[in-house]
Amino acid sequence: MKISLRHTLIGGLATLFVASASAAEIELLNVSYDPTREFYREYNAAFSKHWSELKGDEVRVRQSHGGSGSQARSVIDGLDADVVTLALAYDVDALRQQADLIPENWQSRLPDNSSPYTSTIVLLVRKGNPKNIRDWDDLVRDDVEVITPNPKTSGGARWNYLAAWGYALNKFDGDEDKTYQFISKLFQNVPVLDSGARGATNTFVQRGLGDVFIAWENEAFLSVEQLGKGEFEIVVPSVSILAEPPVTVVDKNVDRKGTREVAEAYLGYLYSDEAQRLAGQHYYRPSNPEIGKEFADSFPDVELFRIDDVFGGWQKAQDTHFNDGGKFDSILEEISRR
Amino acid sequence: MSVAKKRRVIPGFGLTMGFTLFYLSFIFLIPVGGLLLYTSMMSWEDFWRAVSHPQVVASYKLSFGAALIGATINLVFGALVAWVLVRYRFPGKKLIDALVDLPFALPTAVAGIALVTLYASSGWVGQYLQIAGIKVAYTQLGVVVALTYIGLPFVVRTVQPVLEDLEAEREEASASLGASRFTTIRRVILPSLLPALMTGYALAFARAVGEYGSVVFISGNMPYRTEITPLLIVAKAEQFDYHGAAAIGTVMLLAAFALLLLINGLQWWTSRRGV
Repeated sequence: MKISLRHTLIGGLATLFVASASAAEIELLNVSYDPTREFYREYNAAFSKHWSELKGDEVRVRQSHGGSGSQARSVIDGLDADVVTLALAYDVDALRQQADLIPENWQSRLPDNSSPYTSTIVLLVRKGNPKNIRDWDDLVRDDVEVITPNPKTSGGARWNYLAAWGYALNKFDGDEDKTYQFISKLFQNVPVLDSGARGATNTFVQRGLGDVFIAWENEAFLSVEQLGKGEFEIVVPSVSILAEPPVTVVDKNVDRKGTREVAEAYLGYLYSDEAQRLAGQHYYRPSNPEIGKEFADSFPDVELFRIDDVFGGWQKAQDTHFNDGGKFDSILEEISRR
Repeated sequence: MSVAKKRRVIPGFGLTMGFTLFYLSFIFLIPVGGLLLYTSMMSWEDFWRAVSHPQVVASYKLSFGAALIGATINLVFGALVAWVLVRYRFPGKKLIDALVDLPFALPTAVAGIALVTLYASSGWVGQYLQIAGIKVAYTQLGVVVALTYIGLPFVVRTVQPVLEDLEAEREEASASLGASRFTTIRRVILPSLLPALMTGYALAFARAVGEYGSVVFISGNMPYRTEITPLLIVAKAEQFDYHGAAAIGTVMLLAAFALLLLINGLQWWTSRRGV
């Protein structure tokens, strides 16, 4: 009796083992930033279908969202991400600088600087545009309150800041001092500094604070279409920044987990026609110009500049503007003395 | 020697003491040690620069100042609530008694969102305060409101049991011996309550200094004005400046420890002066 029971147990366990090995269910973790929630929910389903048709394996993609900087920090501190899809290259590069999780050439491994979709920064105003806000110049007027999150903690806010800076630098013919004064004036009009993009959206949309909200284009569309239909309008500034949110495989993690093949396919498929269209539907600008044409109506024409051209890349922009003792710090100090 | 071998009703001193030490090290000492270790890797100049930046100093003033004000408000009104709950019987008393614990149970983020919805200039309370020229949300006053809210149960819950043990007969005796109402409060009630009040005050204060969740929603997080120290620590960590974050954390730890020591000292001193 005893022996047969033991055999039964062993047999049962063995069956379990074999069963779990044959039904290859692969799990991926994609660590992303705040406003991509809706897009990746649909993309994950599309990729799962694509992969099971191709290889017959089931892929289940888990998502994690949060502020871009804090998401990068979680991965550095050991969160088992197979891929990261963050708001800016600086946060992805931190994975290399802080923890050596990815190689130096990570951004050249995929097309378009590893950014399958891009976005830009626009202005969101209340219905009817009561303060008549047309361009960045209106944001430094004394009677205008501006909502933007804190560039120290929010990736999106750094794009906001750099977009305004790039505009002013162009306006003042490259005069750094005048540009600095312009941005300082803009931040004097900011009553609240939320730590992330979603928090700032809530402050503007739900709390009713501020006259204009500097936002990701896709967040602005989301606010107009879903959060408060008919209550907001998008104002497209004359000049803005080309925001390239990059993606990469986390090499150290996928090699350890043995998920490199599927993780690379997951990112590669972002460039497929299907995924590009999905990105467009979620208000991201597709990087494929052919698909981009299909959405030409929804994306207004803006003169876009690149961070590399105006600021010499993320690392330099970060050092000059956002690190401790940088330009943003001295702007805050100046405002506090008023 | 025979004293050391004294038998206890419940055995197991060695075991429980061992477990206590292990538990405390695991839960408390190791994280704090890690914090101090991180800080100790900095040079003195770097440490000083990190903790004495004007923006950081402004946040200390706000965090400790607002926590002190909040705890003081709770000291007065928490004692009052405890008094009412112990000495009077009225309908709904059980309900109010249970409500006092709400700030313990409610997630602080929920509390923060509720407070800001209430006090924003478009909110239920805020719109009337606005008329009176008082702004609560996104000001330092908002920080005080949040810290008062989360500290309330500490004073009530420490004072309540002491008050329950304090027989009303002593007040009657005091009155029948000719003491005025004021003298009774001053000479009979307050001295017995003082240690409990101090403990409640210290707990409410300590809780408020470290509070993060509810404050970030109502304060507006403006550097130099409404930015609390815990937020600054989070901001540092998000910029991968772990050392800076640990340095400010160490300062908070030491300051909170010093203040708690002071309050405990006061408590010891008052109880020694005797009732």
